[in-house]
Amino acid sequence: MSANAIDTVFAELKAKGETALIPFLTMGDPDLAASVELVRAAEAAGAHMIELGVPYSDPLADGPVIQRASERALKNRISLTDCMQVATEARKLGVKMPFILFTYFNPALQLGLEQFFSLLQEHGFSGVIIPDLPLEEDGEVRAVAERTGIHLIPLVAPTSDARVERIASQARGFVYCVSSLGVTGVRSDFHAGIDAFLATVRKASPVPICIGFGISSREQAERFARQCDGVIVGSAIVRKVEEVLPQLTEEGAESRKAGIDAVQSFIAGLKPRAAASR
Amino acid sequence: MTIQVPDLDGRFGPFGGRYVPETLMNALFELEEAYNRYKNDADFQEELRYLLMQYAGRPSPLYYAERLTKHLGGAKIYLKREDLNHTGSHKINNALGQALLAKRMGKKKVIAETGAGQHGVATATVAALLGMECKVFMGEEDTKRQQLNVFRMKLLGSEVVPVLSGTRTLKDACNETLRYWVSHVDDTYYILGSVTGPHPYPMVVRDFQRIIGVEAREQILQSEGRLPDVIVAAVGGGSNAMGIFHQFVGDESVRLVGVEAAGRGVDTDKHAATMTKGRPGVFQGSMSYVLQDEGGQVQEAHSISAGLDYPGIGPEHAYLKDSKRAEYVPITDAEALEALQLLSRQEGIIPALESSHAVAQTMKLAPTLPKDAIIVVSLSGRGDKDVEAIMPYITGGETR
Repeated sequence: MSANAIDTVFAELKAKGETALIPFLTMGDPDLAASVELVRAAEAAGAHMIELGVPYSDPLADGPVIQRASERALKNRISLTDCMQVATEARKLGVKMPFILFTYFNPALQLGLEQFFSLLQEHGFSGVIIPDLPLEEDGEVRAVAERTGIHLIPLVAPTSDARVERIASQARGFVYCVSSLGVTGVRSDFHAGIDAFLATVRKASPVPICIGFGISSREQAERFARQCDGVIVGSAIVRKVEEVLPQLTEEGAESRKAGIDAVQSFIAGLKPRAAASR
Repeated sequence: MTIQVPDLDGRFGPFGGRYVPETLMNALFELEEAYNRYKNDADFQEELRYLLMQYAGRPSPLYYAERLTKHLGGAKIYLKREDLNHTGSHKINNALGQALLAKRMGKKKVIAETGAGQHGVATATVAALLGMECKVFMGEEDTKRQQLNVFRMKLLGSEVVPVLSGTRTLKDACNETLRYWVSHVDDTYYILGSVTGPHPYPMVVRDFQRIIGVEAREQILQSEGRLPDVIVAAVGGGSNAMGIFHQFVGDESVRLVGVEAAGRGVDTDKHAATMTKGRPGVFQGSMSYVLQDEGGQVQEAHSISAGLDYPGIGPEHAYLKDSKRAEYVPITDAEALEALQLLSRQEGIIPALESSHAVAQTMKLAPTLPKDAIIVVSLSGRGDKDVEAIMPYITGGETR
C-alpha cells in the first residue's frame, strides 16, 4: 500500500518547519457545488489538508455555528455519499491536499462499515474523524480502517488524563487535541492546563499532534504553532460561510465568486506566519 | 436467559455502549465507579430508602381497578400507582437516587433534560431538598405544552433553559444537556432521566427504578398469591417500563408489554414508534433502536405526550425485544386520549398522557383474556400536568 497522503504532508511540513493549517467545512452548506469551490479556495488559501464535515441531525460535539450549518445542509437532504462526492469533484478541479471526512458514527454505521471505507477509498480520502466513537467502541472500525489504509484519527481532551497514552499510542495520521472542555465554536480562552496537556500528548504520540475546537484567528493559531504540528479551524470558517451566504446563494457567477473569495481570504488570514512555527 | 446485563462494556447484547465525545469518557467512568461503590454501601442505601419512604411516599399502592375490570369484562387489572409519588410520577425514584450519588461524589451542581417536565420537576425537587444548584434543559416546544411544569421547576428554585435547536423537543433537550455537560463536566453531575444514553446510565436509572417492580411483585403475591400474567407499561426512553419489568424478566410466565406512542398512526410520519418503525443505530450515546431515515439521520418523533415524543429507546429494551422476552406495541394519540377519559370516569384517576398509552393497551388486551388472568399496569404518572393541553381535544372533539 502506498504511503498515506496525510503522513507525506506532515513529513514535508516538518522538513520545512511549518505548521499545518487544517480547515473544516460543513458539506452542502449552502449547496454541494459551493462546497466544491470552497474546498478549492481553501487550498488556494494555503490549507495543507481539509476536513469535510458530514451534516448530522444530532451533532453532539458541535456548537451553534456548525449546528446551524448542518441544519441548512440537511434541508437540502445532503447524504454521506454526497459529501464524499465533493472530494471527487474537488480533485477534478485540481485540488491536491489530503481529504479527511468528519462524520458522526450513525451515518457510517447505516451505510455499513465495509461499504463506508470502500467509498472513502474510492473518493480519495486519506483519513476519517468520528467524534462520537471513543477508543472503547472503535475496534471494528479500526480494523477496517487499517485494512483499507485510511487513517482513523482519534480525539483527546483535557479530561482524558490517563487515557491520553492509550489513545495516542494507537493513533493514525495525527492526534486531534481538543483545546477546551466544550463543543466546537469560537472562544477566547482555552483550558487552563492546555500547555501541560499538549506536552502530555506530545510525549505519548508517535504521530503528529494538531489542535482544534475554538481556534478562530491567526493569533490563536500562532499561539499553538510551536507546540502542535497543525491547527484545525472549523466554526470560525463556517461562520464566515454563513456571513457570505447571501452572495453564495444569489443568482449570478460574480456574486458567488465574491462570496468564495471572501472565505478564501479569511482562511489565508488564519495561516500562522513562518516565524511563529517551529 | 440471563439477567446479568449489561456486561462490563455496558452492553445489553449488541446494544448499549458509550458513543460519546472523548471529553465525557472519564466522567462516565467516574460515575460508574461511584455507582458501583455506593450501590452496596449500607449508609447510601439507607439514606435512599428513608427518602423514598418518608419523602417520596413509597411504597406506592398496587390498586385493584375493580370498576375498570368489570367494564372491560376480562382479566383483573391492577394499577401500580406511581402517580401517587411525590411530584406525581415515577421520575422521583431515579432523581433521588442520582442526586444522592451526586452528593456523595462531591458535585454541587446538577443538570437534567426533560420532555413532559416530570423528570425536570423531580430533579428540581431533589435539588431543592439537597441544596444543589439545578439547571433543566427543555425543548421550547415542550415549555409551551407543559407551562405548568416549567413554573413548578422555577418555583423549586431551578433554572429552566429553553432549547431552541433542532426539533425543540426532548431529543434536542438531551443533545443540549450533553453539550452543556461536556463544557462543565468538572463540577456538574448530569441526572439523566431515562434508561437511555451512554453506559452506565441505562443501568443506573434501571436500578433506581427497579423498586417499582420489586414492590409490585411483593404486592401481587400478597393480594393474589401468584405472579401476574401480563405487565403493561408505556415506553418513551423506557424508565418506568424497565423499572417494573426488571424484577420479572426471569419469570418466563409473565408477559412483558411495552407500549410506545404511535402518534397519529404508525403509517403516518407523525409517530414515536421506535420499536415498530425504527432500526438499530447509534443515538445519544448508545446503540439501540432509532427512528431514522435511510442515511442514518435521526427523525423527528411525534406524540401528544411530550414524555413519549422521542425517536430513541433504552438499549435494554432493544435487547428485550430482540431476545423476544418483551413485546412492544403502538398506541395512537386518539387511543391514549380515550383511555385517559375512561380511567378518569371508571376509577376517578386521571392518568398522565404517557401512562394513558399503557391503559389504552390494557383496554385492548383485558377483554381477550380470561377473568382469572391478571394484568399489572404501570400507572407511571398523574394527569394534572396534561389537563390544559388536552382540553381542546376533549371539549372541542378535536382529533389529530
